[in-house]
Amino acid sequence: MQLIECPWCGPREEVEFHYGGQAHVPYPDNPAELTDEEWAHYVFFRDNTKGRFAERWNHTVGCRRWFNAVRDTTTYRFERVSRLDDPKPVTS
Amino acid sequence: MRLDPSHTIRTPRTPGVDLPEHPDFLWRNPEPQRSYDVVIVGGGGHGLATAHYLAKNHGITNVAVLEKGWLAGGNMARNTTLIRSNYLWDESAAIYEHSLKLWEGLEEDLGYPILFSQRGVLNLAHTLQDVRDSVRRVEANKLNGVDAEWVEPDEVRKICPIVNTSTDIRYPVLGATYQPRAGIAKHDYVAWGFARRADEAGIDLIQDCEVTGFTTEGNRVTGVRTSRGDIAAGQVALCAAGHTTVLTDMLGFRVPVQSHPLQALVSELLEPVHPTIVMSNAVHVYVSQAHKGELVMGAGVDSYNGYGQRGAFHIIERQMAAAVELFPVFARAHLLRSWGGIVDVSPDASPIVGRTPYDNLFLNCGWGTGGFKATPGIGWCLADTIANNELHPTVAPFSLDRFVTGALVDEHGAAAVAH
Repeated sequence: MQLIECPWCGPREEVEFHYGGQAHVPYPDNPAELTDEEWAHYVFFRDNTKGRFAERWNHTVGCRRWFNAVRDTTTYRFERVSRLDDPKPVTS
Repeated sequence: MRLDPSHTIRTPRTPGVDLPEHPDFLWRNPEPQRSYDVVIVGGGGHGLATAHYLAKNHGITNVAVLEKGWLAGGNMARNTTLIRSNYLWDESAAIYEHSLKLWEGLEEDLGYPILFSQRGVLNLAHTLQDVRDSVRRVEANKLNGVDAEWVEPDEVRKICPIVNTSTDIRYPVLGATYQPRAGIAKHDYVAWGFARRADEAGIDLIQDCEVTGFTTEGNRVTGVRTSRGDIAAGQVALCAAGHTTVLTDMLGFRVPVQSHPLQALVSELLEPVHPTIVMSNAVHVYVSQAHKGELVMGAGVDSYNGYGQRGAFHIIERQMAAAVELFPVFARAHLLRSWGGIVDVSPDASPIVGRTPYDNLFLNCGWGTGGFKATPGIGWCLADTIANNELHPTVAPFSLDRFVTGALVDEHGAAAVAH
C-alpha cells in the first residue's frame, strides 16, 4: 500500500486518508455579485490535470487535519506535501 | 469392462468452445486523409457507435474516427459489460432505455455475434433507506416503461440461489429491484461489430493517431492536429471518456468531470453458478458470470484523480470482502487478473452531451462508471445531433449548461457504483 506523508504525523498508509480534490480554490471574494455562471464554476468545475496536480487530503483516521499535496495523476506518486499555511506550489 | 451404452461419460466443457470464431477480416487500417466532414476523437465504443449510426441512419461516411491507441482498447476493453436501464429520472430512463432497445436488435443490425444475454439484474437493498429508494425507483421505472419490479428476499433467493440472504450478516439483503431485460454482452465483439460496419460503409478508423491540438477560427474548430499530421474537419465530436479534459484544456474551455481509476477483476473459469447480475450499492460490488465462465466483478472508483489505468489494492481487497460475504460460494475462487480503466465522473453522475463554446464541436463525456450500456443509444443520438446540427431530444437534458441553470440529473442512487 502506498504511504502518504502527513505533514504532522509522518508517513501513514493510504487507507487512513480522505481525498479532497483540487487545492487552492478560494471562496469568492464577492459572493453576492457572482453570476450564475461564476457560481457554477466555483461549485462544480475543477481542474482535471493529467500530470502534476495540487490537491487536498485529510488525515481522516489520524490527526484529522487537512493538508495539500502535489501528486502526479499518471503515476500516483506524491512529490511533496505541505501545510495549509504554506504558499501554493508551482505545478506547471 | 464394458460400459452400459446408455452411460455417457461426462467430458469437461472446454471454456469458450461455444464462442463464435473471429472473422478473417474486420477493418482496413487506412492512412488519414487531409480532410473529413466529421472527425470523431476516440475510437472506443461511443466513437465507433457514432460512426456506425452516422453511416447507417444519415448516409454520412466521409468520417474519421481517431484513436490514440488501438481500437476499443480503453474503457471498452475494461468494463464489466452490464447493460440495464433502471435509472431514476425521466431523462436518464429515456437515454438508457433507448439504448437497451437498440441492444435488443444490435446483433442483427451489426451482423455480428455480440452474445447479448438478457439474464436480468438484481440491485440489492441492505437498509431501510435502500428499500425506500429502491421501491421509489421501481415505480419511476414503471412510469417510464422500463421493466422493473421489487422482489423480497425469498424471491431474490429464487432468482439467484447463491446470494447469501441470511439475516445475520453485516449487510443483510432486505430485497432487491429486478430488471429482467438487463444483461451482459461480449464487449470486444460489440466494438468489433460496430467497427466492421463503419469500415464497410467507408469510414476511416485510424489507430495510433493521438490528437495533440486543434485549429480554430473564431467560434469554429477547423481541424485537429494529430501525431499523424493535421486533419481538417467540418464537424468534430469528442468521445474520449477519461481523457476528455485533456482535449478541452487544449480548446480552452472547462468541463466539470474528474477522471478516476475504476477497477474490475475476473476469477478463474468456473462452471455456471451465477444465473443473473447482482449489484450492491452499499458494499460496492457488482458481479456477473461471463460466457466463458469467469466471474466478472467491479469495484467502486478509487477516491483520487488518476490517469494511470490502475488503482489501489485496498479497493480490490474491500470489494472481495463484500463479494465473499454476499456470495460465500466464491470464497475459494482464485482471482485471475485485475485491471483499471479511467472514468470521467460528473458532479451529478449523469453524462454531459451536446454543445460547446465552439459551434461545430460536440461533447460526449461524463458517463463515469456506466458508459458501456449506453453505447448504441448515445451513438444513435450523437450521430443524429451531428447530422442535423441540432440536439437530439434524448440528449438535450444532458447539456453542459445544466451546471449553470441548476437543472441537474442526479443519478447517484441508480448509478450504483460508489463515486
